[in-house]
Amino acid sequence: MKTNSALAIILAAGLAVSGCAKKAPKVLPPDPGAATTSTDTGAGQGPVAGSQADFVAQMMGQDTVYFDTDRYNIDSADQQALAAQAGWLARYPAKRITVEGHCDERGTREYNLALGERRANAAKNYLVSLGVDAARITTVSYGKERPAALGSDEDSWAKNRRAVTVTVD
Amino acid sequence: MEEASGPPDEKEHLTMKTALPALVLALIAQPALAQTTPAPAPQTGEPAIDVTDDSDWQNQTIAIPAFATNADVPTQTSAGSTAALGFSLATVITADLKNNGLFKPTGPAALPRPPLGQVQAPDYPGWTARSTDMLIQGYVRAEAGGQVTVGCYLYDVALGQQLAKAGWTLAPSEWRRAAHKCADLVYSRLSGENPFFDSKIAYIAETGPKNRRLKRLAIMDSDGANHVYLTTGQATALTPRYSPDYKAILYLSYFNGQPRIYIFDLATKTQRLLLSAKNPLFAPRWSPDGKWVLYSMAQAGNTDIYKMPSAGGNPVKLTDSPGIDIGGSFSPDGSKIVFESDRSGSQQVYVMNADGSGQKRISFFGGRSATPEWSPRGDQIAFTHIAGNLRVAVMDPAGGSLRYLTDSWQDEAPTWAPNGRVIQFFRTAKTSGKTGVWQVDLTGRNERKLDTPVDGSDPAWGPLRP
Repeated sequence: MKTNSALAIILAAGLAVSGCAKKAPKVLPPDPGAATTSTDTGAGQGPVAGSQADFVAQMMGQDTVYFDTDRYNIDSADQQALAAQAGWLARYPAKRITVEGHCDERGTREYNLALGERRANAAKNYLVSLGVDAARITTVSYGKERPAALGSDEDSWAKNRRAVTVTVD
Repeated sequence: MEEASGPPDEKEHLTMKTALPALVLALIAQPALAQTTPAPAPQTGEPAIDVTDDSDWQNQTIAIPAFATNADVPTQTSAGSTAALGFSLATVITADLKNNGLFKPTGPAALPRPPLGQVQAPDYPGWTARSTDMLIQGYVRAEAGGQVTVGCYLYDVALGQQLAKAGWTLAPSEWRRAAHKCADLVYSRLSGENPFFDSKIAYIAETGPKNRRLKRLAIMDSDGANHVYLTTGQATALTPRYSPDYKAILYLSYFNGQPRIYIFDLATKTQRLLLSAKNPLFAPRWSPDGKWVLYSMAQAGNTDIYKMPSAGGNPVKLTDSPGIDIGGSFSPDGSKIVFESDRSGSQQVYVMNADGSGQKRISFFGGRSATPEWSPRGDQIAFTHIAGNLRVAVMDPAGGSLRYLTDSWQDEAPTWAPNGRVIQFFRTAKTSGKTGVWQVDLTGRNERKLDTPVDGSDPAWGPLRP
C-alpha cells in the first residue's frame, strides 16, 4: 500500500515537473564500484538482494544525482533517480541510507561544506516527499574534499557536483 | 634541526633580559675576546625561498654576519656549538628579512665574522667599504643551565650609530625565537611597522591522491621551521585556528561521520568537541580576546552563524537568513564581524555588529567574494574573489579599494600576519589538486611558497607570541 502511494507520487512528480534544462552528464556510465560487488559470487548470481551492492546494481547510476554550478535544486533527471531510489527503499523498508553531498573544486572550502550539506538535504527532502521515512535518511557533506572525477575541467566538475545515496545496514 | 617533540608551549622558558648593557660589558671585559674562528658550514636551511620579485625598490642593504661568541662550546641547541649557533642565528635573521620588499639582506656565508669585541664597536669603515647601509651584529653565550643567551644589535653604518638592541635567554629548543625576535626588532625599527616573525602557523598537511587526500592538523613557526603534526589523519582535519594565547587550536574534523568542531589543547595534546550537536558544524573562529568562538551550523540545509563562550555556555544565533551564512572574522576591537553569505544568490561578504545586528553587504565587485578575514590592524579585509579563478584580494572595511594580491588558478583562504602587513593563503594546482601554503605582502609583489614537508592548505597565522 505504501509502495503504491509512493509510486503514484513518483509518477505525478515525474509528469508535473519539466526540470530546468542544462544538466550535468545526461547518461552516466555505470558506477565502476558496482563491478567489485560480485567478484566472489558464483556464475549467474547477482548481489544479495537488499544489499548496497544490489542497490548500486539496480540503480544503474541513479544512486547519484547531479547539480548545476552553485545550485541545489532537484530537476527532472534528479527526480527520476530519486524515484528509483525510493522504489528500492520501499522494497527494503528496514534499510537506512546516508546521502552524501559534494561540490566541484572551484569554490572555497568552507562554503562548499555548507553547499554539499544543502545538496544532500535537497535530495533527502525529495525522497521524503516520495514517502521515504525521514528517520531512515541521514545526510553528510564532504564539500570539495572527495571528488569522483579527477580532472580540472567542466566535465569533471559536473560529475563532482552530486549527491550520492549509500545504503546503511 | 626540527624539534620533533611536543608543542613548544609546554616547555617554553623564555625570559627577557632588558639589562643588556651590563651583560655585554661583562662579556667584553673578559680577555679572550678575539674569536676569529672561520664561519662554520651553515646547518640551517632557509625554510622559505622562491622569490618572484626582487625589484630595485628593495634598496636598504643589511649585513648580517655570524654572531660572535665568548667561547665556542657545545650547546643543546639543534644548531650545534655556540659558534655554529651564531652562524645559524644570522642565517635565520637573513631569511626573515628577505621577501618583505623592504630590505636587501646579506647573510653570514658571504661576510667576514666579526670578533666579539666588535659586537658593540662595529668596524664602520670596513662595512662602509662593503656598501652596507645597516648592520646587525650579535653574540651567543652558553649558560650554565643549558640555556643560551643571545644579544642583537642594529647599527646605521652611515651614521655610525646604534639604533636598537635587545637580548634574550632561552631554552635550547627555542633558539630560533631569538633570531625571529632579532629580525622583529630590526624590521619594526626600520619599517615603523609592528613585528610579526616571532609567531606560529597552524595549517592542514595534505598527502595522497586527489580523491583520497589525507588531511592532518599541523603547526610550524612563521618561517616553516619546527614543524609538528598534531593528528594522524585518520579523520580528515580542516580549517584550523590558533587561539590568541597559543594554548589551543580550533579545527573541523569528522566525528561519527559528521563534520564537528574540536578544541585541541596543545599542552595536554588532548582534544574535545566544542559542543555536542546532532547537526553539522563548520568554520570555527576565535574572538580576538579568546573569550568567544564563532561557528556555523547547518539545519536542514540552511547554515547560520552562532557564537558561544569558548569556556562553554549557551550559543547565540547571529544570522537567520534562508541562505548559507558561514565563516566570520572579528574586527580587532571585537565590535564587528565580517562573514560570508549567499542570501543575495551568490557568496558575498557582509559585516554585522558582534551581536548580529546591522547586517550589511559590503562586496560589490561582480563574481563571488568569500572567506573574509579582518586585518589585525583593522584597516583592511582580506578575502577570496571568485570570478573563474580564485584570487586573494583586499578591500577596506566599507567594501572599497579592491586590490588583488595574487593572480593564479586557485588561491584561497587568506590569513593575516600579526602586524597586518603580510598574508598567507593556499594555492591549489590545476588537475593534480596539489596544495601549498604561500605568502604575499600587501604590495602583491613579494610572493613565495613556504617549504612545508608535504602539501599544505588552510594556513592560520597566530598572533605575536607572548
